[in-house]
Amino acid sequence: MKPAEYYQRDRLWQPPQLAPNYKTSVPRSPRQALLSIEQSMSEVTGPVFGHGDIDPIDNDLIKNYAKTGDPIGERIIVHGRVLDENGRPVPNTLVEIWQANAGGRYRHKKDTYLAPIDPNFGGCGRTMTDANGFYFFRTVKPGAYPWRNWVNNWRPAHIHVSVFGSSFSQRLITQMYFEGDPLIAKCPIVTSIPDPKAIEQLIAPLDMNAAIPLDSLAYKFDIILRGRRSTMFENRLEGN
Amino acid sequence: MPQKLDYRKETPSQTAGPYVHIGLAPGAAGFDIYGNELGRDIAGPHAPGERIRVEGLVYDGTGAPVKDVLIEVWQADANGIYPHPEDPRYGKVARGFRGWGRVITEFDTGLWGFETIKPGSVMGRNGRLQAPHLNLWIVARGINLGLNTRLYFADEEQANAADPVLNLIEQQHRRATLVASREMRDGKPVYRFDIRLQGENETVFLDV
Repeated sequence: MKPAEYYQRDRLWQPPQLAPNYKTSVPRSPRQALLSIEQSMSEVTGPVFGHGDIDPIDNDLIKNYAKTGDPIGERIIVHGRVLDENGRPVPNTLVEIWQANAGGRYRHKKDTYLAPIDPNFGGCGRTMTDANGFYFFRTVKPGAYPWRNWVNNWRPAHIHVSVFGSSFSQRLITQMYFEGDPLIAKCPIVTSIPDPKAIEQLIAPLDMNAAIPLDSLAYKFDIILRGRRSTMFENRLEGN
Repeated sequence: MPQKLDYRKETPSQTAGPYVHIGLAPGAAGFDIYGNELGRDIAGPHAPGERIRVEGLVYDGTGAPVKDVLIEVWQADANGIYPHPEDPRYGKVARGFRGWGRVITEFDTGLWGFETIKPGSVMGRNGRLQAPHLNLWIVARGINLGLNTRLYFADEEQANAADPVLNLIEQQHRRATLVASREMRDGKPVYRFDIRLQGENETVFLDV
């Protein structure tokens, strides 16, 4: 059987565009309803990446910007699988991450937080999932940092994650949080997600089995992309 | 109790935030780390077709430009072929044609622009052709879930009039929000496409 359309996005599970407590969403969220369209070739295809696009060191944030030594911070492994809603692995897909350093400061010309830049930490990495959808990164645990929303808002420690999947309709950017962080429940960006079960899906548990003794702790973060219908009675996407 | 459906749920989206460039375009964040920054060349040097430039601004609901937005582009080549194995004509895609690009703004003004080739018509459902278009995906601080839209070309009036997606837009005057205007600059075609996230002339966004 040939696969067909991707399952529709569950808009009650995803955060709404307008989340008034996350103030920047107020002027940046559409007020008109989205136009729902049936998927065509434009939606079921998407960019294809290969190992030639990236370098092997790109997934090691401890080494990929090291100048005089290793970055400061708690050494961690972040690993998991990219799967679809059917539970099938998504192989050979590009996963990109970015994050603040251990003090909560980003290496970005627009970040002015008073915590220092770490000369040995860039804060970005990328990798391809393997044939079974597995990926891993090595990095340092990012710090929490304040941001302008309410007078005293702090982002929980987080890593930004970007995933492609097999088609442009699966494209996803999200954030991974760390088990046990009390700032998660207080964050207006996190709580823009209405369902507490959905929020749990963004919290990576400590994974002692993947930790490397005397070296690094580990957190496990599985990413689920939209699944796809199998063609039982074909409603054709393309020509006759 | 009936049997239980065992589908998983899609991972919830979160905003790309103001520092999206660190991860997806570190050069723009102000540092050099990757040997190859992805998405800088959509069409490649050899693909046939009309070479065009596309530029515009993204505006928020107050009318201010969104200066920290990042846009991804996905498009077919000049013959309407996507560089993806699922396109039935994949084997005939233009040499070196990537079809995908990442577009960032000038931080001071919010202006963005990119060079590519104009795509051909793309097969739609049930053999119905779609007018040439670029597929856009927009992320930024304040956008909780990436916004999908399409860019059509003003000089494709006839094809646009028959396009199945444009025709789905119930309020006819809103169709124009997806059509880029064309002008010649130094002998080269430049398309202007402003995106309005909210308010008067709000761009039509798609649930794909």
